[in-house]
Amino acid sequence: MNTDLSRLALRNATILIFTAVLVLFGLVAPGFLSPENLFNIVKQSSFIGIAAIGITFVLLTRGIDLSVGSVMYLGPLIAGFAMRDYGVGVAGGFAVAILAGLAMGAINAFFIVRLGIAPFIVTLATLFFFRGAGTWMTSSRQFDFDREMLDFGLSSVAGIPVPILLFALALVIAHLTLTRTTFGKQVYAIGADPEAAKKAGIRTGTIETGVFLISATTASVAGFVLISQIGRLDVAFGEGREFDVIAAAVLGGASLFGGVGTAWGTAVGATLIQTVKTGLIFSGINLYLQPIALGLVIFVAVLLDSLRAWRLQVSQRRAIRAEVAD
Amino acid sequence: MSHLLTLQDLSKAFFGVHAVQGVTLNIPEGAVTGLIGENGAGKSTLMNMIGGIHQPTSGSMYWRDTPYTPRDTAAATETGIAFIHQELNLFYNLTISENLFIDGFPKRLGLIDRKAIDSRTRELLKLLDLDLAPDTLLGELSPGERQLVEIAKALHREAELIIFDEPTTSLTPREIERLFEVIDRLRSNGKTVIFISHVLGDVERLCDHIAVMRDGQLVAEGPTSDFGIPEMIQAMIGRELSALFPDRTAQPGAEIVAEAINLTQPGVMKDVSFQIRSGEILGLFGLMGSGRSELARVLFGLDPVASGEIKLGGKPLSGGPQARIRAGLAFVTENRREEGLLMDAPISDNLSLVSISRFGRTPLNLVDRPGIAQATADISDQVTLKAGDISVQPAKALSGGNQQKVVIGKWLMEDPRLFILDEPTRGVDVGAKYEIYTLADRLAAEGGAVLIISSELEELMGMCDRIMVMNQGEIIDTFAEKPWSQKAILAAAFREVAA
Repeated sequence: MNTDLSRLALRNATILIFTAVLVLFGLVAPGFLSPENLFNIVKQSSFIGIAAIGITFVLLTRGIDLSVGSVMYLGPLIAGFAMRDYGVGVAGGFAVAILAGLAMGAINAFFIVRLGIAPFIVTLATLFFFRGAGTWMTSSRQFDFDREMLDFGLSSVAGIPVPILLFALALVIAHLTLTRTTFGKQVYAIGADPEAAKKAGIRTGTIETGVFLISATTASVAGFVLISQIGRLDVAFGEGREFDVIAAAVLGGASLFGGVGTAWGTAVGATLIQTVKTGLIFSGINLYLQPIALGLVIFVAVLLDSLRAWRLQVSQRRAIRAEVAD
Repeated sequence: MSHLLTLQDLSKAFFGVHAVQGVTLNIPEGAVTGLIGENGAGKSTLMNMIGGIHQPTSGSMYWRDTPYTPRDTAAATETGIAFIHQELNLFYNLTISENLFIDGFPKRLGLIDRKAIDSRTRELLKLLDLDLAPDTLLGELSPGERQLVEIAKALHREAELIIFDEPTTSLTPREIERLFEVIDRLRSNGKTVIFISHVLGDVERLCDHIAVMRDGQLVAEGPTSDFGIPEMIQAMIGRELSALFPDRTAQPGAEIVAEAINLTQPGVMKDVSFQIRSGEILGLFGLMGSGRSELARVLFGLDPVASGEIKLGGKPLSGGPQARIRAGLAFVTENRREEGLLMDAPISDNLSLVSISRFGRTPLNLVDRPGIAQATADISDQVTLKAGDISVQPAKALSGGNQQKVVIGKWLMEDPRLFILDEPTRGVDVGAKYEIYTLADRLAAEGGAVLIISSELEELMGMCDRIMVMNQGEIIDTFAEKPWSQKAILAAAFREVAA
């Protein structure tokens, strides 16, 4: 009985931490649990959330993508140039951001899949390369968007802000892709056993290319969505965000060893990170202590995750003698 | 009888060395053909040519009398050939039905048609008498069930020829029984089976025909009734093996090397007590799940024990594996691929792994490379390792028997008092088995104590001074009298006496 309960708790560790965090901040800071604030948290989560949903595909195949922070910068920047110099409008800009993301993903995939270089190395290089390209294009000056960009970013459809809609859309598409398409199932298969996947006739190269395209594209779209709420793009935008994005996915149950993770879990993980960030501001904790507090939460969550994996293993160990039942 | 597959003077050379040479063999349709031979006899190369992984250097193959030249594994699958390897090609994080359809799902409205794959899977599972829901995650299945899922996958692809490569090594006796029933059923449904195994008793029981390979050539072939196990062995090794087991060279001494007193761990074992003396080989027999491997883990300090005591050389043993290795314990695990060896590292690194700290040179404690080279070369001579340059060749390039020698050899440097060998000859061919037995005998003759854990009763009867039998975490009985009563030992293992 007792073991059943603890197993259930460990299986749902992220949700439990989430609830604990909500209750804690709700007690410390009145107003934290107000509908407007919770709504705001989801809206602010959309930035990291969309990119984290994309990187989940990469993590599932045992890969890693460190370049997402730079893609978040370069993608919207290219879109901005297209909007300013060719007048493609916001919709056109959005499309350009998607194309730019696909192109950057293709660069990553080329080196990783075709040349067989480790994803860690390739995306570490493109992290510098993509940001460098943007710095060169702007001579490291801030890029200002037209008013219509802000109009898009701050608009709502049926009372729901556009960033939340896009976050939800990304979640639904990713969820269906992972659970109900051949591509999605093959992503899991590669993560479980790359050799066996190859032997099973799965085109592992194609799948791996796909996941890096998805990761870069969602990162570019995520950047575009946040920039559309700010209206300008400075040279440091997205710097270090790769860690937020990876942390969100891992918080949501994705394993860095591949094969384990869901789109749904990642979305929860991203929202959890934003909840903690907002909560820390609400409770008036010393500004300089906040990164430490956030780091602690991530640490505890990841610790719980490995504890969960270990406990589950122990609790599922076969019992030889019947006396364990009582 | 018609032939499904015909091999005509088939050869394969790697860098000019023949792995398979001039094999001509007919695989009769609707029958089980057993393929046996020592490791390195060319069985795998032959099967890889049939499976499209390697292309023959010369010779030809015919599938139902039409030329068959597979370019890759997909072509073999397409033709109707399925492989069931020792290591299964399944994914723990997908459901049974997803595993069956992983290379192509039926779709409805652009998404996977779950109803269709589940109903097809249910059909196939029913054919195999496997009572599982199609949406069960593969990771929750036992090794035996997983293998049946692999067979279901072969049936799903409408395979005509199913090749089993050492299918029984990770199965319990009951699961093996079930697998054989399934193979019988496949045969009566007109499927053709090639069964590769080192377990000659299984081959004799299951197969209609037997083909024996040695040094890349087919050396004997015929209906099973022409073969007895001695004939199979003789054909495999090319000479008469006077005995399967070496003569024991030493008698147990008086000194008690190791002693377990009332080891109890709720849910795992109860009141386990035994003694091993110097020069003694003690066997531990039990069915899968009897607690034999768990006992080894407890002795080695890998798993906790609630009460009881373990003594080595009269002194109580405590702490984790590190402390116990220092106290003189060595443990060769049943899973040498995953736990015992660094597959990609050179043999010498593997051999020096346990004792690496001995080779620190003061003052900086740097690793003494010449010292290691000398010591590992000595060890590799001692265990009669058949390898190239041990400082370069990776462990994975060795045959199963030689890998096992490396695992045993890496402990020798520590001069252990008690050696625990868990399934030391699993997946190892007859010749290498003999060498491993010789090694065990020498460990004992040099004054050590050896505990062999095995599910092969024959090898325990061949090698041990005494045999303990475990069931449900308890020592049921200990046998010491020779000749052994196989019947009594098995009865104890199944607990027919106590029940």
